[in-house]
Amino acid sequence: MSGQILRIDRITCDGFGTCAQLLPERVILDEWGYPVIDPTPVRGSELQHAKRAVNACPRLALHLEKAPQVSTSASGHGR
Amino acid sequence: MSRQATSVRAVGSSAPPAKGPRLLGEPAGTDLTRHQAIHDARPDLGRAKRGHAGHLVSEIERSGLAGRGGGWFPTGRKLQAVVEAAHHARKDPVVVVNAMEGEPAASKDAVLVHRNPHLILDGAVLAAEAIGASVAHIAAHRGSRAISTFERAIEQRRGRDSVELRLHVGPDRYVASEESALAHFVGEGVALPVSVPPRVFESGVRRRPTFLANAETMAHIALIARYGAPWFRSVGDTTHPGTTLISVSGAVGSPGVIEVPTGTPVRDILGLAGGTTGSMRAAVTGGYGGSWVSAADVIDSPWTVGGLAAVGGIPGAGVLAVLPMEGCGLIETARVVHWMAGQGAGQCGPCRFGLAAVAADFSSLASARMKAPGLAALHSRLGIIPGRGACKHPDGAVRFAASALVVFQDEVDLHMSGRCSSTQRSPMLRVPSGTVTLPVSRPGEEWR
Repeated sequence: MSGQILRIDRITCDGFGTCAQLLPERVILDEWGYPVIDPTPVRGSELQHAKRAVNACPRLALHLEKAPQVSTSASGHGR
Repeated sequence: MSRQATSVRAVGSSAPPAKGPRLLGEPAGTDLTRHQAIHDARPDLGRAKRGHAGHLVSEIERSGLAGRGGGWFPTGRKLQAVVEAAHHARKDPVVVVNAMEGEPAASKDAVLVHRNPHLILDGAVLAAEAIGASVAHIAAHRGSRAISTFERAIEQRRGRDSVELRLHVGPDRYVASEESALAHFVGEGVALPVSVPPRVFESGVRRRPTFLANAETMAHIALIARYGAPWFRSVGDTTHPGTTLISVSGAVGSPGVIEVPTGTPVRDILGLAGGTTGSMRAAVTGGYGGSWVSAADVIDSPWTVGGLAAVGGIPGAGVLAVLPMEGCGLIETARVVHWMAGQGAGQCGPCRFGLAAVAADFSSLASARMKAPGLAALHSRLGIIPGRGACKHPDGAVRFAASALVVFQDEVDLHMSGRCSSTQRSPMLRVPSGTVTLPVSRPGEEWR
């Protein structure tokens, strides 16, 4: 099971900090107020909290996405 | 004697040229007729249908060509990815030539454009035909000589190419040459990075699959189309073969751009640039988003991704800048980091605020006013910024700053005790003038 991961659209994020309030086990804020996110897949009971944080972001900058496959080459695929 | 209009139908079927420089072999100011006499006419390989890759794509894959803009990603795989994306999206792909050269320590693209604009344009046309694109965009930055050179060259080719060539004049800002920013600029006129994914190869200029490559990469494509993959691989390193352009600057006898086979030891590269003047303390590799390497580590390294990585360096966009023993790496780094902090797009908080904080820290360290808690804060900032921008601008600036703390560890200790070993007063690493104020003074000097 690959699960889902949290991703932030860095351009959209304005550092409101709502995510860190609702999901402190996954998100901390840096000294400038911008989120630092645990990149490991979100599972089980944490998923509900994560969804709540995603929906609460005032800039809609926080996303839950399917965890990417192991291959993360620059072009995604090749031969 | 002109050999234009000869129609070469197979990839790599021209007779290989004599040994010597591949990219810089033509005299400056070469017109199209002379270019074709030197290199044969551009082979007519026909245009691939949308979603199909022309023979040139597999030839480039076999050649081992990797992107010379700094990423060193396999060009054949990138082309293949664009073809597949065009197939899935049912959109015609486009080509973008990146001749922006935002890197202040680099001049290789400027020299290549000046010497050989038609080889770059041949490569753009051939790449476009090979992936079924009908337009190739060429981007160079405002105020550069490349603009008029390309204008002249495009005019000389009018009516001879099956691909439309469009020249774009981009802003003179470091982050404008980042690939998503450049695709954004060519499509919408806004030279700001966009959030990825989707990446440029699948959704670039006006959401079309986009093959975006550095000017030097395009020139290599033009040569591979004529002389073939085995010829291309006949010189250089096995992983990333061929020749490459390096902008050598700083404390060397004749700074400038040289062409060498990949894998050439740094010692020989410096020799070709007139040797170092005095003894070398360290060198910048890759550019201002690259990293410092100490003289002892860099001198015998082969100029390859792997060879330089082993000592903490990167070939990047082909920058090698020599710091002499009299120079202070921390003062140099402070100047560069300040400039880099001002060159971001200002879109992402960690880059906008983080790089400004790192730049201020470096000013304090360079002027030997930093206290222990300040140094600890700098280390923690350098650890938390990377990977948190839409583009790689913050990652590059942080890599450069962090490498200085490692390579100049002894100098850091000295500065923390209020001193500096440097006796050199003029800066070595240049940043474009008028773009940054330098709150960097030498220890003992007042600058408030």
